[in-house]
Amino acid sequence: MAEPGSALKRTPLHALHVSLGARMVPFAGYEMPVQYRAGILNEHLHTRKSAGLFDVSHMGQAFLHGSDPARALELLTPADLAGLREGQMRYGLLLNAEGGIRDDFMVARLPGRPWLYLVVNAATKDSDFTFIACRLNDAITIEPQADRALLALQGPKAESVLSRHAEGAAPQTFLKVVEMTVAGASAIVSRSGYTGEDGFEISLAAGDAEYVARKLLAEPEVLPVGLGARDTLRLEAGLCLYGHDIDETTSPIEADLAWTIGKRRKMARDFPAAERIMGELMSGPRRKRVGLMLKDKTPAREGAELVDGAGAPAGRVTSGGFGPSAGAPIAMAYVAAEHAADGTELAAMVRGQARAAVVTPLPFVPHHYVRKSG
Amino acid sequence: MAELRFTESHEWVSAENGIASIGITRYAADQLGDIVHVELPQPGKKLEAGGEAAVVESVKAASEIYTPLAGEVTETNRGLESDLSRINAEPEQCWFFRVKLSDATQLDRLMTRQQYDDYLKGL
Repeated sequence: MAEPGSALKRTPLHALHVSLGARMVPFAGYEMPVQYRAGILNEHLHTRKSAGLFDVSHMGQAFLHGSDPARALELLTPADLAGLREGQMRYGLLLNAEGGIRDDFMVARLPGRPWLYLVVNAATKDSDFTFIACRLNDAITIEPQADRALLALQGPKAESVLSRHAEGAAPQTFLKVVEMTVAGASAIVSRSGYTGEDGFEISLAAGDAEYVARKLLAEPEVLPVGLGARDTLRLEAGLCLYGHDIDETTSPIEADLAWTIGKRRKMARDFPAAERIMGELMSGPRRKRVGLMLKDKTPAREGAELVDGAGAPAGRVTSGGFGPSAGAPIAMAYVAAEHAADGTELAAMVRGQARAAVVTPLPFVPHHYVRKSG
Repeated sequence: MAELRFTESHEWVSAENGIASIGITRYAADQLGDIVHVELPQPGKKLEAGGEAAVVESVKAASEIYTPLAGEVTETNRGLESDLSRINAEPEQCWFFRVKLSDATQLDRLMTRQQYDDYLKGL
């Protein structure tokens, strides 16, 4: 968050947001649209049934150059990056020396390109880029892409909408990535997103962003969607928000993100704090990230304390609110291991009152990613 | 309906025969965004002027509703929960709770619509 009084940065789509009637709020040092005229509920539901266009240009994009940048970046993450094939994207965690999560990221190897394409969180991008540059000084040259915008087109109609503006084949399945032309602009397009729906993330030159966004918004299926619905969509999809559900005090195992650790990496134990992390993987972490469904209508929000049946502390909510598609208050929380089993009955303390909650498998709303058939 | 009076915390009040109906203003509803739940006080509860009386949960956050006037809660609007979008659409038609006023002269301390509109311009 920016210091009070300091100037907020703007994305290349700022004028478009204002013209669409967005309510602009400070977020990670940027002036960003939290919602447009339709409002968060409608924007959320529209994305699940049709398509939403999000401006996520605040996120940190970079190219990683070097003789083998994937192998080099493995020093800072337990993801299998050396095994990342051309045209593939992968989710990973940047770890500190203690095994805490410095950030989460998407990384891709574009067809025919020797460099890697990296996307990190807005609030952490400067420190991430400095960290990577300092730690991997000999092996990687990091080239931040401050002049690129990033759009996310999400929802079941995203593929059909994109096809009307695409020259060249769009990525065919989840976590595929290509370079292609969208509405006349050169773009890096991945089949990915932060909603649990099928969809694309479109990286392009800042100067092309407004034209392309207007073209996509002119399609009848597409509504502009702000950060408010982006948050409810990702919460229903069980996806972590950095700085809330994961941070430097949480390990990948506590965060239930063990699936981001490559098989080869587990065998080799060659990542930061591998002893701690493999120990937690073998014998179980002391606490774990879980989903919670509240039994009445009162949401339990970030910071709400959890208690067990005897009233003893059981954990804490890290993200919570009302899930428009779930039709109920939902949350993610860290709970002590003995309370982490699905179906465990807990209570969330909201304004001094205990509200019944039950540990619920994530995601709250099924993912609709397009996977390889057969 | 009696002429509405307004508070700096964006409640409206309509008082007749010593009973005040209290709701939230258009400005408050717009600021909150989509409302997903309301928690209303128990009838019979005694409220102090300026005290917390109800809670509105929007998608984004929880916000307290204060009663600007002291008194005892006589009734709550149970119909609100079945059509929450109406609060966003017609906030001045949606009373939350009614209070039997301890001191009807407290009403004179609240803003008229003209005063409230001027107050909003200064925000």
